[in-house]
Amino acid sequence: MNSWERFVDAFFNVKVMAKYLPDIAYGMLVTVELAALVIAAGLVTGLALALVRSLGFRPLNLLIIFVVDLFRALPPLVIIVFIYFGLPAVDIAPSGFVSTWLSLTLVLMAFSEEIYWAGITSIAKGQWEAARSTGLSYGQTLMHVVLPQALRLTIPPLTNRTIAITKGTALGTVVAVSEILGMASSAVSNSYNPSPLTMGAIAYLILFFPMVIFGRWLETKMAWKR
Amino acid sequence: MLQTFFNLEIVGAAWRIILAGLGNTVLLSLVVVPLGLLGGLALATLASVRNPWVRWPLMAWVDFFRAFPPLVLLIFLFAGLPFAGVELGGFACVCIAFFLNTGAYYGEILRAGVESVPTGQSEAARSTGLGRLQTMLFVVLPQAVRNVLPDLLSNTLEVVKLTSLGSVVAMPELLFQARQAQSLTYNPTPIVLAAAIYFLMLWPLVRLLSRLENRALAGRG
Amino acid sequence: MAAKPIAGSIVQARGIHKHFGALHVLKGVDLLLAERELVFVIGPSGSGKSTLLRCLNRLEEPSSGSVMVDGVDMLDARTDINHARQRIGMVFQSFNLYPHMTALGNVTLALRKVAGKTRNEADTLGHAALARVGLADRAGHTPGQLSGGQQQRVAIARAIALEPRVMLFDEPTSSLDPELVGSVLGVMRDLRESGMAMIVVSHEMGFARNAADRVVFMDEGAIVEEGTPAEIFERPVQERTRAFIGQIQRH
Ligand SMILES: Nc1ncnc2c1ncn2[C@@H]1O[C@H](COP(=O)(O)OP(=O)(O)OP(=O)(O)O)[C@@H](O)[C@H]1O
Ligand SMILES: [Mg+2]
Repeated sequence: MNSWERFVDAFFNVKVMAKYLPDIAYGMLVTVELAALVIAAGLVTGLALALVRSLGFRPLNLLIIFVVDLFRALPPLVIIVFIYFGLPAVDIAPSGFVSTWLSLTLVLMAFSEEIYWAGITSIAKGQWEAARSTGLSYGQTLMHVVLPQALRLTIPPLTNRTIAITKGTALGTVVAVSEILGMASSAVSNSYNPSPLTMGAIAYLILFFPMVIFGRWLETKMAWKR
Repeated sequence: MLQTFFNLEIVGAAWRIILAGLGNTVLLSLVVVPLGLLGGLALATLASVRNPWVRWPLMAWVDFFRAFPPLVLLIFLFAGLPFAGVELGGFACVCIAFFLNTGAYYGEILRAGVESVPTGQSEAARSTGLGRLQTMLFVVLPQAVRNVLPDLLSNTLEVVKLTSLGSVVAMPELLFQARQAQSLTYNPTPIVLAAAIYFLMLWPLVRLLSRLENRALAGRG
Repeated sequence: MAAKPIAGSIVQARGIHKHFGALHVLKGVDLLLAERELVFVIGPSGSGKSTLLRCLNRLEEPSSGSVMVDGVDMLDARTDINHARQRIGMVFQSFNLYPHMTALGNVTLALRKVAGKTRNEADTLGHAALARVGLADRAGHTPGQLSGGQQQRVAIARAIALEPRVMLFDEPTSSLDPELVGSVLGVMRDLRESGMAMIVVSHEMGFARNAADRVVFMDEGAIVEEGTPAEIFERPVQERTRAFIGQIQRH
């Protein structure tokens, strides 16, 4: 075997790949599930926090700002490790899946709240005044006039941030979640061949590359409209 | 509750270990942030060449690493490459992974910054006889950096947080040390302590960022 | 004690004071507006004209005083302010159209959400309002596709679609290019001829001369002088009024 053949045998071993393809496919399913749950819960709770913040109730707002700052400052892996290895000390023992989901949701909540909030505050005061002068209530103005405009502004930064945080599902492997990286790693130790890692890498690209391209497309599209 | 999550006895026993971890996290950050910036600078400078044969592959490169979870990259280098006879060790793997991953992010930000500087600026510089690289370094980049400073800082925050991945490849940084201390003491206090340190270290940056970001989006409305 | 409404007057503001922190912006302003009357308000920048208008529909909370509009006490906590505001149309210097909606969407939003009309009813009324401002054919355009003058006319349509009893205009033509001012003033004149009671803050002295029943000169948060256009423009009594009129006529 020359060195090229050895390289191919190590990283693109067809036999090993065929054998572990179902495992990786299963890992992809888990990753997609985890990612979807993180995105849904994170974006919704983030928006909820931003809406509560817009009510301008000061003690509550200080609390929201603190929570948001906390989950922006903490590395996601630290949060995962705390929930998975720390909480059992008080007899709460979430699974690795739940720990990862909860952690990433909190992080996405924090980042998205900040983005939504920036969007809401960037809408000119005149929009509020015009709507209120026609008799729309605070809530109606927020729902029908301010939010639609604010959300448009937030879409590009929100998309990019969501992708970056959702990629963190790979961290689940540290707490034994059977997502792509976890499946690939155990396949590597079982087969003593790194080809499953290659497959895992491809699997991640299949999932996230389109999202990155989509984010880029959104950014240029919005930039022209501006 | 306090006894479990913030046990002062455990703090007393573990603080040396944790502090050593903090030192390594700071050192690691001081290595990988400049490394990533260097990678990004190279990418942005290359991308300023308005030749599609240069730009498109560069974009693909950047998007590739933006789509790739950094942990997967790190594991690939750390656990995959040895099969090809390349043993790099944790530190080198972390450095390479960060160079590629955060370099792509910094590169994307700096590229947007460079594009935000009007072409008249480089034309003016070139008309005074400055070379291509000089124009880039002394005229375009300083303005570009100023225009995208919030994004650069925000990415730097992410990079420092990402150093916690080093724990997966046994780098003795803050999280790794905290986990060591936790398994020695059977108590989550060290992890809480590490989290508190991360928070206190990064909070000022988070505060600053949230001000800058609010202003940036407001400018678009 | 709420002031008793005077028969025939649609707006009664009495003793309005407004403080912004230490800044005393309105110093006891009284303003009555009769049915079908057009009052024109002039005064130097910062004299409190906008603040006065905004106190009338409570976009700004007066520090003290009373405001009755169409027999409704605007400052009474029991008043449904959102309902009351429908009777008071307001037009802003910067249009403030909703950029994410069509012209028709702008006009019908409050009809549907506050006046409780169905979408069909609202659309019918919306088209009628747009026709009144001469924009029947622009219903499907977004604000970005309209000129400034057209945008301001949509804003007027948004207000009149709610069938207000009084209209407040805060410098409606100040951010328009000169050639677009005429179309907006034309709509305002039609509105006046239909009998709408109006308070207009503006620098369009020509419009004031032709259309105003009364001109009010404000300075430093108080009404200094009021009278017919002829009285204020040709024979002002107060020194400050004379100085202000002289200044704008020189331009
Ligand atoms: N929300 C506010 N907070 C603090 N001060 C304010 C506020 N709104 C207005 N003011 C101040 O109140 C004073 C009167 O403002 P107002 O807008 O009513 O004047 P104006 O007569 O409409 O002037 P212009 O002709 O420039 O529109 C000004 O000194 C202004 O700075
Ligand atoms: Mg004004």
